Amino acid sequence: MSRVVNRLANMNKTTRSSVFTYALVVGAFVILQLLRMTTGLGSVLEGQLIPICAYVTMALALNLVVGVSGELSLGHAGFMSIGAFLGCAAANGLAELIPFTPVRLGVAMVIGAALAGFFGFLIGIPVLRLNGDYLAIVTLAFGEIIKSVLTNTYLAVDKKGLHFSFLTDKNALEEGGLQLIRGPMGVMNTQRISTFTVGFVLVVITLVVIFNLVNSRTGRAIMAARDNRIAAESVGISVTKYKMIAFVTSAALAGAAGTLYGCSQTTFVATKFDFNTSILILVFVVLGGLGNMWGSVIAAAALTILPEALRQFADYRMLVYAIVLILVMLATNNPAIWGFFARLRERREEKKGGAAQ
Amino acid sequence: MNSKKFLAFAMAAAMTLSMTACGGSGSGAASSGTDSAAGTAFKLGGTGPLTGGASIYGLAAQRGAQIAVDEINAQGGAIQFDLKYEDDQHDPEKAVNAYNALKEWGMQISLGSVTSQPGISTSALSQEDGIFALTPSASSPDVIAGKDNVYQMCFSDPNQGLASAQYIAEQQLGEKIFIIWKSDDNYSTGIKDKFMAEADKLGLNVVGNATFTTDSQNDFNVQLTQAKQAEADLLFLPIYYEPASLILSQAKAMGYAPKFFGVDGMDGILTMKNFDPALAEGVMLLTPFNADDEDEATQSFVKKYQEKYGETPIQFAADAYDCVYAYKLALETAGCTPDMSAADLNAKMKETFPTITFTGLTGDGAGITWDATGAVSKSPKGMVIQNGAYAGMD
Amino acid sequence: MDVLTLLDYLIRGLSLGSVYAIIALGYTMVYGIAKMLNFAHGDVIMVGAYVCFFAMTGLSPMFEAGSMAAAVVPALAGVVLSMAVCTVLGVVIEGLAYKPLRQAPSLAVLITAIGVSYFLQNSALILWSSSPKIFSPIVGSGSQKIGPLTISHVTLVTIAACVVIMLALTAFTGRTKMGKAMRAVSEDKGAAQLMGINVNRTISMTFAIGSALAAIAGVLLCSAYPTLTPTTGSMPGIKAFTAAVFGGIGSIPGALLGGLLLGVIEIFAGAYISTQLSTAVVFGVLIVVLLVKPAGLLGKTVREKV
Repeated sequence: MSRVVNRLANMNKTTRSSVFTYALVVGAFVILQLLRMTTGLGSVLEGQLIPICAYVTMALALNLVVGVSGELSLGHAGFMSIGAFLGCAAANGLAELIPFTPVRLGVAMVIGAALAGFFGFLIGIPVLRLNGDYLAIVTLAFGEIIKSVLTNTYLAVDKKGLHFSFLTDKNALEEGGLQLIRGPMGVMNTQRISTFTVGFVLVVITLVVIFNLVNSRTGRAIMAARDNRIAAESVGISVTKYKMIAFVTSAALAGAAGTLYGCSQTTFVATKFDFNTSILILVFVVLGGLGNMWGSVIAAAALTILPEALRQFADYRMLVYAIVLILVMLATNNPAIWGFFARLRERREEKKGGAAQ
Repeated sequence: MNSKKFLAFAMAAAMTLSMTACGGSGSGAASSGTDSAAGTAFKLGGTGPLTGGASIYGLAAQRGAQIAVDEINAQGGAIQFDLKYEDDQHDPEKAVNAYNALKEWGMQISLGSVTSQPGISTSALSQEDGIFALTPSASSPDVIAGKDNVYQMCFSDPNQGLASAQYIAEQQLGEKIFIIWKSDDNYSTGIKDKFMAEADKLGLNVVGNATFTTDSQNDFNVQLTQAKQAEADLLFLPIYYEPASLILSQAKAMGYAPKFFGVDGMDGILTMKNFDPALAEGVMLLTPFNADDEDEATQSFVKKYQEKYGETPIQFAADAYDCVYAYKLALETAGCTPDMSAADLNAKMKETFPTITFTGLTGDGAGITWDATGAVSKSPKGMVIQNGAYAGMD
Repeated sequence: MDVLTLLDYLIRGLSLGSVYAIIALGYTMVYGIAKMLNFAHGDVIMVGAYVCFFAMTGLSPMFEAGSMAAAVVPALAGVVLSMAVCTVLGVVIEGLAYKPLRQAPSLAVLITAIGVSYFLQNSALILWSSSPKIFSPIVGSGSQKIGPLTISHVTLVTIAACVVIMLALTAFTGRTKMGKAMRAVSEDKGAAQLMGINVNRTISMTFAIGSALAAIAGVLLCSAYPTLTPTTGSMPGIKAFTAAVFGGIGSIPGALLGGLLLGVIEIFAGAYISTQLSTAVVFGVLIVVLLVKPAGLLGKTVREKV
């Protein structure tokens, strides 16, 4: 036991943080599964498990862009909606071909992730040429454009193949045809095929992808470009290329999260994934700490549960939510409180240093 | 570990935990003030937008239902209700949470959801869990499609489009019809699609249509100019009254005065504070409810609502009020008691609803009936606004 | 395409754009000085409109209908009162929520601003309910015939107000001591402080002016589009923010140009492309502009020093 503690203590900071994150996610999953098998979680929490997994994945993906790569994105819900719409369309379209639902969901998630990643690449070309708040507003713009386009998209499938129309529904379907995307009416799922276990697997895969990326040569290049663009360029790092890697990876993960989310809902519409949803996810990331992955996990889960926990306040609950948000931001950024913690750590380190001598 | 980051979480986590802790002990604040002891009243639950942009509809339904429940409980008959509404913020995902919260509370029968998109979500759960639902106002056909225990109190969207087209054709209201509809809205799209199809059949001349979205529902000059240039003499507005009021005032400002024809979403336009009724003069609409109706039941309901909430009730409130009374009738007919399980009530209600004829605030004297699919059959009232009040159109 | 309709659309676009421009001025001034995106700005607009609404409906019955006083006094009192309330509100928000975060990372301030925005919207919902109120235009609903065109008084007043505010602000920042202090703070906070400028007071002053402008914008917005709900400010807020970036955030003439262009593009896109896609077109144009001019139309391109 003491050897384990020692090893943990001697690990470098990033490894310790990733070990902690995995332990947190796996531990939470095991505890929740045990509770579900024994006493049950209650219908509210039970119903939120899959959305929580989707939001955790979204927060992790956005943290890769905002925290690790240092670019503010205000349109990440757009990538989630691409994953949700196209992934679910694929899941519904493949229902006869792949009757085994976990495989179908997996295939749909890969399709959703690939398409969202592809759009992330297309959008990244212009976006990553910009800096700071200008980049933020362009991502916001793309998020709104994606929303508008999906709201006007009609996609259907029948024996003749796929039918697509834009603005108005001109798809003439044969008998037995299936509408996949119904414009403003969004997507209807006859079956909700997402499960908590798949959600958990997605979160773990996301963590593996992000930690491997961050702790690799590529990841160090991304962070170098974030910390000092000019210095990074001068040592031969192609800033745009590395920022693009982070952006596309993040978009693809957001797409997979979107598919997971979409397939857990009976219905959803494009306006769900608007500016407010992008902001909601940004709140998870900022509250969890930029670049801090386990922080994103906890913040996303806690803030998804919070509005439900506030139900007793009835009409006042969103007001209370706003106040909690402001107070938390004020408290965590209060110099007096930082100072206190910094002194505490100093003292601890002094002690440690003293003991070593 | 960075102390700052750590603190962020400690705070967030502590707050969440404390909230959850109080959440466990406190009973729902949204529940009825007339709580009856367990087993003596039917636990009736519903979800609707009680906060956010769409809350006008959710609050109206909640209040309408509450008035009916208070009346019934005050009479002290065998049927008593314990009503609880949960907030879904007009979001299908939140609606699932709201529905689950009601399930934990012990909901026996449901009022479904107030709006359509959340309604599709909760009705699927109602079907799976075997909890009977009668929604006041979730009007999309998808809400009841494929579910044998979800019923609607309102017309479905296509039915409204159908009825509007037939009404316009019968009464020969317009030579050239132009439609302004909201393209990112389920309700509006549903009515418009059916209206166009039916208009085609009946030989109505639809000269064009224009759309708007939630993001652009301020300025209608472009749409109105298009209608004017198409020389439309009848403007069909399958939209809610908020944007409709802007269309009326902007049409007047540009000196364009066609006839306006609305659907049930138009009801409520006269209740807006400070609205100039002269703008709505001559506007026609098909609606099942009319707050100015002379009959005693409507007058008493409107008076109670105004006293309690300081506003004139819109159709959503009347629909919810009717839902509670329809439940009362059905429960009495089937001889149900509050100690029955949700599953038993579900079976009884499924048997009973297609057989009853209910008379309420909405619909005309002929009464309201349902078929086994859950669709309602009642006749809409053709209304025209004259001197700031509704008048029957026939 | 006939010219008259085109002109008509152009005027409507300019009117809508003027409102965006006045809101964008508030965004741009605050950004220039505090380097923060004040997402609560759109909700201050909504509060301003509500205050004016209640002042007007409260005062109107005191005057004889149809008299000159009835047309002028309530409207004027409404505007002044709503400016006063919003100024106080802006300064209070700044003092309570933003001032403690002056040293914090910019994202923390952004999230706090979003919290303030939620707070204002939900407070309005509880205080004034979600049922829409109909705003009576402050200058009545008449219109003026100019040649073959009919232009409503509201449109004329909106465009005029925008021009007057723009000129006044330019004079203020260029000529007065406070204005110069603002420019100094936006240029270099540290150096300004060393020159004896009270940075905190300057920032509060900026919020006060920005919020007073928001009140005017709210009144004009609701005069042109008279339904007032607790979410009235959010979409115009986002669009005005876009307009500010469009013109070059931090630049006062940029906000005017950005606002006007955004309004015109929105109306034209609706008229000649598709009303379903007008918002998408607006954002599409924004993206193209930023690619060509990465700091916005009139923004300063700051060269990074190595």
